[in-house]
Amino acid sequence: MLLGTRDILSLREMSRDDMALILDTAESLREIIYRPIKKVPTLRGKTVVTFFHEASTRTRTSFELAAKYMSADTVSLSASTSALVKGESLKDTALTLEAMGSDCIIMRHGVSGSCHYLARMVDAPVINAGDGMHEHPTQGLLDMFTIRRHKGSLEGLRVVLVGDSLHSRVARSNIWGLSKFGAEVSLAGPATLLPEGMGAIGVKSFARVEDALPGADVVMVLRLQRERQGKGLLPSLREYARLYCINGRRLALAKPDALLMHPGPMNRGIEIGTDVADGPQSLITEQVTNGVAVRMAILYLLLGGASE
Amino acid sequence: MTLVIKGGRLLCPERGTVEEGDVLCRDGLIEAVGPGVAAGAPAGAEVFDARGLLVVPGLIDMHVHLRDPGLEYKEDIVSGTRAAAAGGFTTVACMPNTSPVVDHAAMVSYIVGRARQVGVVNVLPIGAVTKGLAGKELAEIGDMSQAGIVGISDDGQPVWNGELMRTALQYSSMYGIPVIAHSEDRHLAEEGQMHYGAWSAVLGLRGIPAVAEAAMIARDCMLVELTGGRLHVAHVSTELSLSVIAWARARGIAVTCEVTPHHLTLTDEEVARTGYDTSTKVNPPLRGPADVEAMRKGLREGFIEAIGSDHAPHSRDDKDVEYNFAANGVIGLETTVPVLLTEIVGKGHADLVTVVRAMTLGPARILGLERKGRLAAGMDADLAILDLDHPWRIDPAAFKSKSRNTPFAGWEVRGLAAATVVAGRVVWRDGQICV
Ligand SMILES: [Zn+2]
Repeated sequence: MLLGTRDILSLREMSRDDMALILDTAESLREIIYRPIKKVPTLRGKTVVTFFHEASTRTRTSFELAAKYMSADTVSLSASTSALVKGESLKDTALTLEAMGSDCIIMRHGVSGSCHYLARMVDAPVINAGDGMHEHPTQGLLDMFTIRRHKGSLEGLRVVLVGDSLHSRVARSNIWGLSKFGAEVSLAGPATLLPEGMGAIGVKSFARVEDALPGADVVMVLRLQRERQGKGLLPSLREYARLYCINGRRLALAKPDALLMHPGPMNRGIEIGTDVADGPQSLITEQVTNGVAVRMAILYLLLGGASE
Repeated sequence: MTLVIKGGRLLCPERGTVEEGDVLCRDGLIEAVGPGVAAGAPAGAEVFDARGLLVVPGLIDMHVHLRDPGLEYKEDIVSGTRAAAAGGFTTVACMPNTSPVVDHAAMVSYIVGRARQVGVVNVLPIGAVTKGLAGKELAEIGDMSQAGIVGISDDGQPVWNGELMRTALQYSSMYGIPVIAHSEDRHLAEEGQMHYGAWSAVLGLRGIPAVAEAAMIARDCMLVELTGGRLHVAHVSTELSLSVIAWARARGIAVTCEVTPHHLTLTDEEVARTGYDTSTKVNPPLRGPADVEAMRKGLREGFIEAIGSDHAPHSRDDKDVEYNFAANGVIGLETTVPVLLTEIVGKGHADLVTVVRAMTLGPARILGLERKGRLAAGMDADLAILDLDHPWRIDPAAFKSKSRNTPFAGWEVRGLAAATVVAGRVVWRDGQICV
């Protein structure tokens, strides 16, 4: 095994060495995406299952392309097509997938910890494609990869995550991943959307986004789930946009060469302004490309190494 | 029928002493206690050699879910009382959230009758506060009281309506029984999966803050001051709650409380350590280290009068699901004694006498059981005979309970119930139920 872990469940539990290996491997695999014929035989004969309980076209497509570029067969199950709607439990579906010979299960699920649960049940490696409010480790890795490509190193960088970090799995993965490489992570957002106890792991929290941005090397805007307003955590989307939307005026508070990122899909005009989303500092489309490279690296390291 | 327990070390929770001696039991009662009383036993009396063992009054677990009737796939009176006997418990008080709910006298009679028929230990029913646990109208508390309930509780949920809680405290005071409160502000605890704190933030699970418990305790204490009723707080779990209770007691408000073995030994970090294992999912949730320390101190100082296991059996299917979908609760009857002896007494958090008192005299006083909880002539001949040194490993597969949902599986422990005596009969001995 090339990685020290069998499953990709969280960046909190992943070693810095494993993360570095994934990022370095992604660097060497990235060029495949730009080839006229995007196919290497590395994972021929392997079957990768994507099992999504929540809709997410972009993450699922990214994983499937990553698998296909390396010649793996892909099977996709979603909550609407799977047996789950007929009342079959996650446990039974998982055991069925395993019995059918899946070599890797990539799961997205609305409940935090579900990938840990799945990993205990099946022998095949499990990749967490987002579990509840917990983590989205491949997103964290692709964000780190993207920053590293532009800044050379993560060490000492000041990264500000803006928005709903309380409910954000992207935020949690980035916090752990970036911190382990020596970046200084801050959170900015309304007090009702900031998680508890982040100071203990060296993460600063700011209720005024203007206080967080000065000196930032990276501004990572989180997607605002519109239902947060319905739960009473926000008075209105209008007020949120007025106070927290990252627009040209606010981005100017960061360093002049600050990178702007967003995991997508964006709510333009709510958490991010179109002026900056489409502007020169934005890496948002590059994040998508890099996502494929990072996922290729993970599949390669989990499935390729063993058989060769 | 005569039984002599000979040559044990006798622990008296009332006087706080441990002395060599014998216990002579006749016709279901303790006839004599002390050195040499075995000599007065009639010929042909059954003799139990207790040399090297600790003899204590039969343990009382005042917070048990027997799931009978209606949820027998989790537990029933047979399996639950066997589990109790195996754990050294001679009396269990069972919660009314069965199906149907124990909210009228016929249901109380069913449990009393069934326990007498097939039960291995004493079963004392707790009646519902409100009909169907619906929190709308008072259950027939007077009628149930005459049928044998020892308290009332809507356990599993709070009595959310303050006016109804007020009425319940007033009404139950006529019968001298406590209202046992599951203290939880429903809105603060809504969708909560674990303790609110740094670990809930890390794990992305919605947290239940300490105030959700403490705020309801504060309300109920103030209602006791208003009504003169008697309040017992079930499964207290936070330092904040103990502060509120201390405040109430300083005002002269009659309030008692109990703590579970898991809140004395496990923190919220356990959810992370086990990778979201649902055996850590319990309500109230496993709390932070400061809370656990406060529970230990409260027990050590006698501030917390009782240990109740909140034995909450669930089938494998109820627990073998995603964390948010899993049922709340852990079982405790067969793990309480070894876990407390090892983790609390063994590690010096509280002494043996204090821990035993919280499982005997403490709950007996709260429930008004005049003939239980003491080692003295005239008491019911209920005894637990403990081996304090026996090392073993907790193996859920060996449980007498129908359920296996324990956070203590695989723990290396010291100490167990070597024998259990109910009404002068040995019901558990050498790892076997013997009735
Ligand atoms: Zn309860």
